[in-house]
Amino acid sequence: METKTAVDSEPIIKTSNVCLFYGESQALFDVSVDFPGNMVTALIGPSGCGKSTFLRCMNRMNDLVDGVRITGSLQLDGHEINDPTLDVIDLRRKVGMVFQKPNPFPKSIYENVVYGLRIAGVNDRDTLDSAVENSLKRAALWDEVKDRLHVSALGLSGGQHQRLCIARAIAVQPEVILMDEPCSALDPRSTARIEDLIGELRGDYTIIIVTHNMQQAARVSDYTAFLYEGLLVEFGATKQLFTNPEKKETEDYITGRFG
Amino acid sequence: MNRDASKGFWRQGEPFVWATGTALSITLIIMAILLVVVMVNGLGVFWPKSVAEATFNDGAVALGEFQKDSKNNETGEEEFQFKTANRDLDPQMQDFHWYYRKNLKGEFRYPTDVIVMERMENGNFIGYIKEIKAVNVESIKGETDASRLRDAIAKTHARYESEVGTILDKTSGLADDLQNIRYAILKVKYDSEQIQLGKRSGVQAELDRLGAEMKKLVAEEERIKETSDELVKEQELYESALRKNSVIMADSAGRTKEIPLVDIVRIYQPNNMGYPAKVWHYISKVFELLTADPRESNTEGGLFPAIFGTIMLIFLMAFTSFPLGVMAGIYLREYAKDGVMVRLVRIAVNNLAGIPSIVYGIFGLGFFVYQVGGTLDSWIYPERVAAGVSTFGTGGIIWASMTLGLLTVPVVIVSVEEALGAIPMGVREGSLALGATKFQTLVRVLLPMASPGIMTGFILAMARAAGEVAPLMITGVVKLAPTLPIDWKFPFGFDRKFMHLGFHIYDIGFQSPNVEAAKPMVYITTLLLLLIVLAMTSVAIVLRNKMRKRYQIRSI
Repeated sequence: METKTAVDSEPIIKTSNVCLFYGESQALFDVSVDFPGNMVTALIGPSGCGKSTFLRCMNRMNDLVDGVRITGSLQLDGHEINDPTLDVIDLRRKVGMVFQKPNPFPKSIYENVVYGLRIAGVNDRDTLDSAVENSLKRAALWDEVKDRLHVSALGLSGGQHQRLCIARAIAVQPEVILMDEPCSALDPRSTARIEDLIGELRGDYTIIIVTHNMQQAARVSDYTAFLYEGLLVEFGATKQLFTNPEKKETEDYITGRFG
Repeated sequence: MNRDASKGFWRQGEPFVWATGTALSITLIIMAILLVVVMVNGLGVFWPKSVAEATFNDGAVALGEFQKDSKNNETGEEEFQFKTANRDLDPQMQDFHWYYRKNLKGEFRYPTDVIVMERMENGNFIGYIKEIKAVNVESIKGETDASRLRDAIAKTHARYESEVGTILDKTSGLADDLQNIRYAILKVKYDSEQIQLGKRSGVQAELDRLGAEMKKLVAEEERIKETSDELVKEQELYESALRKNSVIMADSAGRTKEIPLVDIVRIYQPNNMGYPAKVWHYISKVFELLTADPRESNTEGGLFPAIFGTIMLIFLMAFTSFPLGVMAGIYLREYAKDGVMVRLVRIAVNNLAGIPSIVYGIFGLGFFVYQVGGTLDSWIYPERVAAGVSTFGTGGIIWASMTLGLLTVPVVIVSVEEALGAIPMGVREGSLALGATKFQTLVRVLLPMASPGIMTGFILAMARAAGEVAPLMITGVVKLAPTLPIDWKFPFGFDRKFMHLGFHIYDIGFQSPNVEAAKPMVYITTLLLLLIVLAMTSVAIVLRNKMRKRYQIRSI
């Protein structure tokens, strides 16, 4: 499949001919996408099409799954992600991730945000304080929690949890933030807030978001990749893909004829 | 209508609810009976019982604490049991006697001047004061005979403490010194033997030095022995003088017995005691139980060494079992690659809990005591081994606790594994995605989250360990251990034999020559063991609930 290169921005993650196998069965077939820097790219497709699997290739979260084998090339800033000599910890600091289900740690709000810094060995009080304030402000959570930073994060609501997880990802100042259906466990109001937040983060971070929700993809992303049964069907500017798709399958999917 | 209702009754699964409810009730009732029996019999032991006087048709009189009514197995006639005490005056040396109801003349009487006397030997004496012979204590005061006797006893005890007590302190210190010197002599002897046999390089000068040291040690030993003998003589002198202070007691039949005051632990007049006096008596008995050493082949006195041994055993057990179990559980869940091997190990660990504890005991004896202990002995104390003295190579609290640790480690492993397994995958991923290593994730997130579950494992392990007796019997428990298994210098007393409440129950309940007299102590010991287990697990449960509050993930 030919590679669709983004037009107006230098790609930060380049992938070419990525194949992924779970033991014997293959989940991704020659996927090649170049993700433009400081833009929001959406990965859409029906359940089980491999979009989450693809997303998790980019910070090597698939390492945690036994029997996964990846071929092809994934590059971040020109460095091969799957290089066995690559420092995974360093990679994951550059490529943050927000999960489908909010997963705050059973610690205070403050400690949740500085977790990534603390494990990196940062213990300077002032640095941590300012990181907390900045990250929470960027995640639009500061005003709600500034008076109870040292209270357990588990007492927050679901939407606040997810914003806290975003703040936690931002705190280590990654280049890329991967979002794996970040709104699927949230109510519409919280979803709207997260979408606003993605709009605000755009321009400073490269965001790759997996979503089931077509409207959401259309609302928040600059580029969209449509995957179907492990194959990349179409990749292009969101506006174009949603208004004038090149492929028949894409049109069928976004108009709700299947999937 | 009726038929429909009954159909509904069956269809709605009502009988199943009843069956499960009944099963639970039966379990609870049996547990409650056990607890009530232990509580009623245990808590009542120290309450002063009234002493009844029974007069019989043939003119005989019996004085004792009424125990129970019963029917004679052979004749089928009504009878009742008295604890008459006064074992030393009874031809059969019995504390308890049965009498026929039909021989009884009139009702029981409760004479107020009856004295119950707890003695150092021969059990209690129940009777009346005849004469107090206080020859060398200061003037004794009191308005009644009983209070005068009490004063005389207190003064005699005070004198005993100041005269004999200080000597006893000195002699026990000397005994320790003597033991150390004997070990030192063994060492010097062994060292010079080794040099003479050529097993160790050494010159004549070295031998001479050892010889000189030997002479010094032997002289020292001789000196200590002499001092000790002198002290013993002095002690005997004091004691024989003090023993002249005595009381002549009479029993209901008028037989008399002279009892030295130093042999009397306490006296009381149960028929002449008000409620506050009885409460005070009860409290002082409980205090004695918790702080004093046992007397009278463990049927009287306190349980302090056994309480101490039990608690210390559990603590030492925790030191071996908990770290080992937590580490093994972590490896099994977090690091080991899931496969046939891990599954086999898991099955094995789960089944370890089913091995009879005596098997662990035998393993502990063979491995810890003989192998590990014997090897330690030959490394640290070769001279003692040569002289046939074992230090670690014989049962001791350290080996008993390690055996218990081995016994409880599967419980800990399983609970650690389950606690870690219950943590959602998302939390691990969240930490790893932020660039944490597996170890950082484990220490900073997973272990705190698993801590309530791990605590549950600790609680179960402690409860199991506290209840075990069989493995202890062959790894170091004894019926009487005057020295506590703790010390300030190496090996910190860990090599010593110890007492244990669980073994105590077995020992006094089934191995005692005077089972009837020991019965109250069985209940008391059981109650105490239950309370200790309860206290320890309660502390752990409170801790666990605190952790649970702090670390539990709320479902979203």
